[in-house]
Amino acid sequence: MTSLPDEQTTQLVAGRLLEMADDELILSHRNSEWTGHAPILEEDIAFANIAQDEMGHALIWYELLRSLTGRDPDRLVFFREPCEYRNLQMVELPKGDWAFTVLRQYLFDTWEAGHLEALEQSRFTPVAEAAQKIGKEERYHLRHTAAWLCRLGRGTEESNSRMQAALDQLWPFHSQIWAAPPDYERLVTESLMPDLARLGSLWEDRVRTELSEAGLTPPGFGQPSAPLRDEHTEHLQPLIEEMQQVARLETEAGW
Amino acid sequence: MSEITENEVWEALGSITDPEIPVISIVELGVVRTVRVDAERTVVEITPTFSACPAYQAMAGSVERKLREMGATGVEVRTVLHPPWSTDWLSDEAREKLRRFGLAVPDRHQGNLEGAIEAGQAACPYCGSSNTRQTNPFGCTPCRAMGFCQDCRQPFEQLKPL
Repeated sequence: MTSLPDEQTTQLVAGRLLEMADDELILSHRNSEWTGHAPILEEDIAFANIAQDEMGHALIWYELLRSLTGRDPDRLVFFREPCEYRNLQMVELPKGDWAFTVLRQYLFDTWEAGHLEALEQSRFTPVAEAAQKIGKEERYHLRHTAAWLCRLGRGTEESNSRMQAALDQLWPFHSQIWAAPPDYERLVTESLMPDLARLGSLWEDRVRTELSEAGLTPPGFGQPSAPLRDEHTEHLQPLIEEMQQVARLETEAGW
Repeated sequence: MSEITENEVWEALGSITDPEIPVISIVELGVVRTVRVDAERTVVEITPTFSACPAYQAMAGSVERKLREMGATGVEVRTVLHPPWSTDWLSDEAREKLRRFGLAVPDRHQGNLEGAIEAGQAACPYCGSSNTRQTNPFGCTPCRAMGFCQDCRQPFEQLKPL
């Protein structure tokens, strides 16, 4: 189907698209912080590209959101307050060291691989088509970060301990990735959006296996319950301030 | 009644080049998908190579300007994402132009994208040797990777298979 049946469904789909777009945008911004600072030139290029790709994917979801609600992507990105962002806490954490960045990107890429594959089955054609487009490009990210997971996890004592420290820091945030927004179930029933809990369980099995192969062990604790997407850590506000600074200096400027 | 035909639009769009690869047109690149002309409207559908292609907005702007220059009525330039762009769409002629420009193009993967990414290699654009290796799966733009020819000892750029 190319249009949604009613206003309530439209709002629910739009709400989920905003979450997906915000995840891509904030992760992109964090990765862009490595530009000019990555440990080696090849990775500087790689992560600048990954950041740019994620920005492109964010724009696809924001544009789809615009087609449903009329909300302008530039206004959404540059003129929302931090508390109005709906991204995962995992993607807003500071970039940390190289191990942290690589591990976070690996966790997000593996989630996206399954999520996008499921989104391709959406009965809402624009979502299915966008997922197919994004999914092709994402293959490059996952191959890259999976290689780094193995390289650092099974590398030296120091690289392994840094990866383990990154995992200890990231794992408490992992279950938020499959937490569904209110009334999301309706979209699953109508085959418009995938069952996030099912994808989450498949994802966790996969990453536990691959982490173990890389000599890493998830800590035995997590958040007791996943926070809602309007709850953020103290790290989001400075990120948003920096990202919006130029746009807010001259609000009517053209680019 | 518009006096411009669809063929004339295709021909005009064939004069617009990719700003970052000025040797082939956006028609040869596969960015222009459909052209529809009727009495009231001129609608062109275009698609990005990679989603984050920095040249895409420039291409969309060039299409719109070109249509207006031609005196087209009811100009509309739309983005479509399906079918997703593929390096397989590049014709042999386009591949040859890119090679002469110094940009290697991977062989057609015919749907086996994972296999093409795994192989990660393209023939050297300078000497034609297949004895090359990929030095970085990422490059100066989202659509490019970097390779090295082990015969003529030249580094080169290639399009990423997609």
